[in-house]
Amino acid sequence: MNLLYLILPIALLIGAGFVVAFIWATRKGQFDDLETPAMRALFEDARRAEAAEDGTEKSA
Amino acid sequence: MSRSPLESTPAAAQQPARPAATDCAHCKLPVPAALIRPEDEAQYCCPGCRTVAEAIQASGLSWYYQLVDQGEEAQPARTTGRDYAECDDPSFAEAHVRTTARGDLETVFYVEGVHCAACVWLVEKLPQVVPGVREARLDFGRRLVTVRWQEGVVNLSQIARALDRLGYPPHPVRLGSEQLLRREEERRQLIHIGVAGAIAGNVMLIAFALYGGWFHGMEEGFRAMFRWTSLGLALLAVIWPGRVFFRGAWGALRTRTAHMDLPIAIGLGAGLLGGAWNTVQGVGEVYFDSVTTLVFLLLVGRTLQERQQRKAFDAVAMLSALTPRTARRLEGATVREVPQAALRVGDRVEVRAGESVPADGRIVEGSADFDLALLTGESVPERRGVGELVHAGTVDRSDRVVVEIVQTGADTRVGQLMQLVEDHARRRAPLVRLADRLSGWFVAIVLVLAGINAWWWAMSDPGMALEHTVALLIVACPCALALATPLAVAAAIGQAATRGILVKGGEVLEQLAQPGLLLLDKTGTLTEGRMELQSWQGSDEARAAAVALESRSSHVLARAFVAGSAEGPMLSAEDVHETVGGGLSGRVAGRAVLVGSPSFLAEHGVRLDEVGTEAAQGLEQVLAAGRTPVGVALDGSWAGWAGFGDPLRADARASLDALRARGWQIGVLSGDHPRVVAALADPLGLDPAVCRGGMSPEDKLQYVEAAAREQRVVMVGDGVNDAAALAAARVGIAVHGGAEASLAAADAYLTEPGLAGLTRLFAGSRRTLGVIRRNLLLSLGYNTVGVSLAMAGLLHPVAAAILMPLSSLTVVSSSYRARPFPDA
Repeated sequence: MNLLYLILPIALLIGAGFVVAFIWATRKGQFDDLETPAMRALFEDARRAEAAEDGTEKSA
Repeated sequence: MSRSPLESTPAAAQQPARPAATDCAHCKLPVPAALIRPEDEAQYCCPGCRTVAEAIQASGLSWYYQLVDQGEEAQPARTTGRDYAECDDPSFAEAHVRTTARGDLETVFYVEGVHCAACVWLVEKLPQVVPGVREARLDFGRRLVTVRWQEGVVNLSQIARALDRLGYPPHPVRLGSEQLLRREEERRQLIHIGVAGAIAGNVMLIAFALYGGWFHGMEEGFRAMFRWTSLGLALLAVIWPGRVFFRGAWGALRTRTAHMDLPIAIGLGAGLLGGAWNTVQGVGEVYFDSVTTLVFLLLVGRTLQERQQRKAFDAVAMLSALTPRTARRLEGATVREVPQAALRVGDRVEVRAGESVPADGRIVEGSADFDLALLTGESVPERRGVGELVHAGTVDRSDRVVVEIVQTGADTRVGQLMQLVEDHARRRAPLVRLADRLSGWFVAIVLVLAGINAWWWAMSDPGMALEHTVALLIVACPCALALATPLAVAAAIGQAATRGILVKGGEVLEQLAQPGLLLLDKTGTLTEGRMELQSWQGSDEARAAAVALESRSSHVLARAFVAGSAEGPMLSAEDVHETVGGGLSGRVAGRAVLVGSPSFLAEHGVRLDEVGTEAAQGLEQVLAAGRTPVGVALDGSWAGWAGFGDPLRADARASLDALRARGWQIGVLSGDHPRVVAALADPLGLDPAVCRGGMSPEDKLQYVEAAAREQRVVMVGDGVNDAAALAAARVGIAVHGGAEASLAAADAYLTEPGLAGLTRLFAGSRRTLGVIRRNLLLSLGYNTVGVSLAMAGLLHPVAAAILMPLSSLTVVSSSYRARPFPDA
C-alpha cells in the first residue's frame, strides 16, 4: 500500500503533462477554429486523385 | 496545371444519360426553361453559376463537384463582377493589409457564399488560381479567409476578383488590435477551463478515495496525503482560473452593486479556507471537490454565454462590412474606384442609380431623385439638381450624377449623427440582470443564516460551530444559481440566430420579456419603403394619357404610376418635356397633357384652387389620406388626381395586435410628414396622439429620452435617423435592410423584413425569461434544502457532494431542453 505515496505524485505529474500540452496547443491556436479542420479531412481524396493524374503518386 | 479545361468534367460525368438535363450543372437547382440552351452540354440556372463554373473549370478545380455534398442545401452562385480596384489603394492597404514575419503580405476577407466543405476546398485552392498567392485559409464558422501573397507578384485586386469569380464575393475586414486581443482572450478562457477541468477531475478522484475512507476506514497517513494534495490542487484552481470570480466580487463591492460573483466568491472562499483549516488541524471535512467542480462548471457556463453573444456581435459586424465603402472618383477622364476614406474635399465622384452618396457634396452634373429615408425618414424621394447639396447615405434612385465633395468623414451629416450614437452608448447605464438582483438578496440571507447558525451552535455545541457554519456556506454556494442565466441565455441566443434574429446580450432578452412602450419607425418598419399608386380620381382617358407621358420618365412616382396602371393599350406621347422637381408636359393623341405636382399644374395655368370644385375637393381628399398627390390636366384643365403612398406591410396590423394583446403600448416616430403618419393610425388601430411625424433625428432622440425616464422604452428602426434613438432606448432593435449606423446602435437585429420577427423576438424573450426563472427556482430549491440540512447539523459531506452537481445538472438539462425560439 505504501506504493500509493509514489503513485499519486506520478499520476498528478502525468496529468500535469497533459495540461501543459493542452495549454501549448491552445496558445498555438489549435482550438481557434473547430469547424474547418474537420472539413479539410475530406480533401485528402482530392489531393490523392490529383497526384495520380500527375502520374507522380506522392505520399500525402 | 497540365489538364486542359476541355476535358470532361466530373460535373458532366455525374449526369451523363440525361439529354434534357434541367438541373444547374453548378448548384443543382432546376434551370428555368427560358435559360436552357439545347446545344450546350451543361446547363446553368443563372449567369452567376455559369461564371463560377467556367472559372472553376478553367483553373482545373472541377474536383469541387465531387466534394459537394449532395445533401447540402443548394445555393446558386453569385458574383458581382466588380473590379475591386479600391483594394490596391494605399489607404486600403494601410487599414487592411499587414506584413507577415516572412515578408509576405496578408489580409482577411469576409466571403459571401461559403456553405459547405467543398467551398473550403475551393477557396483554399486560391494559390493554384492566382499565381503569387502563397496560402488561403478559410475559417468556415466565421466565413473569414486569410490570404497570404507575395508583394509585387500579384495585386490584391486580382485576388479579390478571383474570389469573386469563384462565387465568393469578398469584403474587407478591418485588422485591428481589438481582434488580436479577443483571440488572446478566447484562448485564455479555454486554458482556464482546461486547467479547472483537469484539477476538478483529479480532486474528484481523490475525494472518492476519501469518501471510501469515510465508510471503510483509512490509514491516517493516506488520509493526510490525500487531503494535502487536494488542498494544493484546489488552491491552484482558485487562484488561477478561479480568480476571475474574486475580481468580479471585488468590483461589485467597490461599486456597491449586486453581482453574481459576490456569493460565488464567498462560497469559494469559505470552502477553501474551511477545508484548509481542517486539513491543517487534521480533523473535520474538506470541501475541495465541491470548490474545484464549482470553478470548472461556472467557467464553462460563462464561456458558453460569451461565445454565443460574440457570435451575434460578429454577425452584426459582418452585416455592416457588407455595405461597400468605395466611391468612384473622377480623375481627369478616368474613373477610379477608391475607398470612401480616401475621399478629400474637392474630389468629384460619380454616383449611379441605386448607389448611395459616399460623402456630403454638391451636385455639379446631372440631376436625380434622392431617397432621403435613411437620413430623414421622408418616404417620397426628392429631386436634386446642379448646385444642390446631397448628404452621405442618401440613395440615388434614378440617374447618374457627379458630386463634388464638400465634407467628409465625421463632418458629414451621418458622421454627426454617429457621434450622437456614440455619446449615448457611452452614457448608457448597464442593465441589471435578474440573477444579479437576486444575488444581492441571496448574499444577505445566506450571511444572516450563517450568523444565526454560528451563534446557535456556539451556544449548544461550541466544538461544531465552525464545522457547521462552513458546511452551510458551501452548500449555499449558488453553483446552479450562477449557471441558471448564462446557460438559458446561451441556448436562446443560439436558437434565435438560426431564426434570423441576432441578439447582442442576455439582458436584452430579459428586458423584452415584459411589456412597455414600443416605438416604431414608419418607413421600412411598418411600411415597405417604396411608392405605390394608391388612389385615382378622374377619367380613364386622363389616366391613359398620364401613363403614356409617365412612361417616358424615370421619376419614382412616374414609375409607380405606370406600374399601378398596367391594363389597357399604351398610347404614345410626343413633345415630352420634363421639368425637374415638377412634372411632365407633352401631347398624347392630339391633346396637351400635363402631369405633375399641384404647384406644377398651377404654374401652367391649371385652376385648382376654386373652393367647391371637384379638383379642389379631390386634392384635399388625397392630402387628408396622407398620400402624395400628382395631378393630370388635359388641354389646360384639371382631369384627375393620383395619390401615392408607401404601402403598409401585410403583417403590420396582425403583429401590432398581437403585441397590444401582450400589454405593449405602441407609438410611431417618423421623419415623414405628420399627415402621412396620422393616416397610419386608423388602419393600424393606433392612437393618433402617439403617431408623431416630422421628427428629426434629434427630435426622436429627445422623445425617447423623455419617455425612457418614465418607463421601459423599446425602439425599432432602420435608418441613420433612428440610430441615436435606438442607442438611447432601453432596448434598440434594428430591422432588415437597416443602415450601418442603426446596426451599431441596436441591441438586436432582425434579418427578415416585416414585423413577424419582432413578435417572435418578444415571444422568445418571454420564454427565455421563463426558463431563467425556472432555473433560478430549481437552484434556490436545492439551496434551501441544503441550507436547512446544514443548519440542522445533518448535512453529511456525501449528501453535499451529491446535491451540488445534481443541482447543476438539473439546470443544464432544463436550459438545453427549452426551445424559446421554435420553428416558424
